[in-house]
Amino acid sequence: MTQHEAAGAAKSAAKSAAKSAASSAATAAANSAAPSAAQSAARSAANSAAQSTEVEPLLAVRDLRAWFLTDQGVAKAVDGISFAVREGETLGIVGESGCGKTVTSLAILGLLPNPPARLMDGSSVSFRGQELVGAEEKRLRALRGNEISMIFQEPMSSLNPVFTVGDQIAETLRLHRRMDRKAAHGEAVRLLDEVGIPEPGRRVDEYPHQLSGGMRQRVMIAMAIACAPKLLIADEPTTALDVTIQAQILELLAELRRAHGMAVMLITHDLGVVAEVCDRVIVMYAGQIVESGTVEDIFVRPAHPYTRGLLASLPSVGTPGRRLASIPGTVPSPLHWPEGCRFRARCPSAGEGCERAQELVALGDGRAARCWRVGT
Amino acid sequence: MTRPVRGDAPRAEPAPPPTGRAAIDRNGPPLLEVRDLAKHFPVRRGSFGRVRAHVRAVDGVSFDLWRGETLGLVGESGCGKSTTGRALLRLIEPTGGDVRFDGQDVRALDRTGLRALRRRMQIVFQDPVGSLNPRLSVGAMLEEVLTVHGLGLPNRRDRAVELLERVGLSADHIDRYPHEFSGGQRQRLGIARALSVEPDFLVLDEPVSALDVSVQAQVINLLQDLQAELGLTYLFIAHDLAVVEHVSDRVAVMYLGRIVELAEASALYAEARHPYTRSLLSAVPRPDPVGRASRSRIVLEGDVPSPIDPPSGCPFHPRCPHPAKDASCRGIVPGLEGRAESGRGGERVGHFVACHHPYHGTPAP
Repeated sequence: MTQHEAAGAAKSAAKSAAKSAASSAATAAANSAAPSAAQSAARSAANSAAQSTEVEPLLAVRDLRAWFLTDQGVAKAVDGISFAVREGETLGIVGESGCGKTVTSLAILGLLPNPPARLMDGSSVSFRGQELVGAEEKRLRALRGNEISMIFQEPMSSLNPVFTVGDQIAETLRLHRRMDRKAAHGEAVRLLDEVGIPEPGRRVDEYPHQLSGGMRQRVMIAMAIACAPKLLIADEPTTALDVTIQAQILELLAELRRAHGMAVMLITHDLGVVAEVCDRVIVMYAGQIVESGTVEDIFVRPAHPYTRGLLASLPSVGTPGRRLASIPGTVPSPLHWPEGCRFRARCPSAGEGCERAQELVALGDGRAARCWRVGT
Repeated sequence: MTRPVRGDAPRAEPAPPPTGRAAIDRNGPPLLEVRDLAKHFPVRRGSFGRVRAHVRAVDGVSFDLWRGETLGLVGESGCGKSTTGRALLRLIEPTGGDVRFDGQDVRALDRTGLRALRRRMQIVFQDPVGSLNPRLSVGAMLEEVLTVHGLGLPNRRDRAVELLERVGLSADHIDRYPHEFSGGQRQRLGIARALSVEPDFLVLDEPVSALDVSVQAQVINLLQDLQAELGLTYLFIAHDLAVVEHVSDRVAVMYLGRIVELAEASALYAEARHPYTRSLLSAVPRPDPVGRASRSRIVLEGDVPSPIDPPSGCPFHPRCPHPAKDASCRGIVPGLEGRAESGRGGERVGHFVACHHPYHGTPAP
């Protein structure tokens, strides 16, 4: 258990380091001239042409392994995951705390601090055909904030408390889009308006503490979409918000996705949120993908015992009284993933054969589950 | 204003109570009677400053709670639900209103009386880490509670083991420290500590909000089992509407320090009458991707106003989507009104709503 805590501490240290890196990345990417509209149009045309022949995803993650070398041992937080995000889609990554979903997103952006984190050999992250693992920091900076941007759970810790929100948005615009001060200020007001902040002309000169939690998240979203990214990674964007505000933010994200044709990678523990907004879903457990499929597959015909367990343990509005199914035990520590199937000790249908390491079994139509029983 | 809920409308037969829950006896007096409870926090300027204003955190809350019952208290952050829970136990002093527990006037008690009362009323907090002393082993912590309340001096340790087993931990855990436990286990410890003095009534303040789904289900099941075994009465405070529906017999919805709707859980969720309740329910994301396209959703505009200077009239009127909104909404504070339903559960439970234009019937899906 103490080891568990140490791993947790390592993770939170990684998170906070990554966050400051992310904000400085957004601001310090001075040498990253944004592609002109013509260029990007040409590129996306080329891309869609490529798509018609061979479907090349926007983002392809292959055999990603992000390990943390800690005093207690090696925490294999992300341990061999592969998936793709297609242009314009919303992909949900869902799992309980410690399953590796946040580390995955930070690894994609090259935001994991090394040490303690290391991407192991063979890990590959390719964005529009460019390999990002091992890429120069300069190239990553050019990408972050421009073509891929990210929003976090707690907007207060990603916003600088001593600058007005307008200054912070304008800074992004001046660095990434080479706008002058006046134009950037005007564009900041327009962006605040686009993300639904009332009286944007007044709010632009306010400081983060003067805004409510929902407003701050809107400001973060305004910053994230400032350069019209192709991919938005949203890590628990509504977890800290009340349910009515959550509904507002989810609706805003859906609108922006439609308007800008951007893909969204939504990381959350909330199955309800996933069901509301995602096209496809990846379920993670113990550093691995245990199931992937369309949102209907996952919620209507879940294949993996873990997915089924999660759904059954959910109290839902409209079906009271039923005793909740629960998954016995707790999530194992990343320092000591169990041998064989990692879910075996908590699985109701575990038995002979489960002591072997499990592969993802393809179930057709792009579905897969890491359980040898579902294929047979 | 006082039209009854369509009592004769076809309604699904109430689901059988889970895990053989003890029947609620509403013929006797309520265990807890709360009338016009208020907690106004002063806002001062500077270190010696005058009181500038008041945060009206709880602003006239009234309800009854019968033995063996679970009342769910829901609302968004800052609506005053946690303050209500704490004010009931006088963990913070109420600034107005009456609280009667088993006939006793809670607000009139002195220190000795209050300590005796706390043997009967306990609280479980959201964050078990913040409420467990990191330097005391589990055994020492439980024994300390027993000593403070003068319970079971000779066999305190046996009692501690018994408590651990009751909440699904084992005797082996007794010499461990809080940091050696996972989140779900720590919440079990918080429950064990609350149960150690054999209370009748528990305030559960967001007891499962910090837990992962699979663990959350374990703790909810434990709380329901304990209620059935020990005949406990719960005030279940949470922001998660699905969890509240699952555990509650009746539900009260709070907004800006007031209860805006109070009804049996099945009635509240099926036929919510307050526009705020309807918006809240429609905003809950549901794990049903197939039905998502056809669902009508009310997305409220704006944020909850400040409780320092709440809006005039109905506190919800600036955000209210109701088409019939009028001058009375802006000028007159609506009281919590309704008519007790006859039949089920006796005469004393009904559907109450604080709205000038409450809805009737089932909302659109």
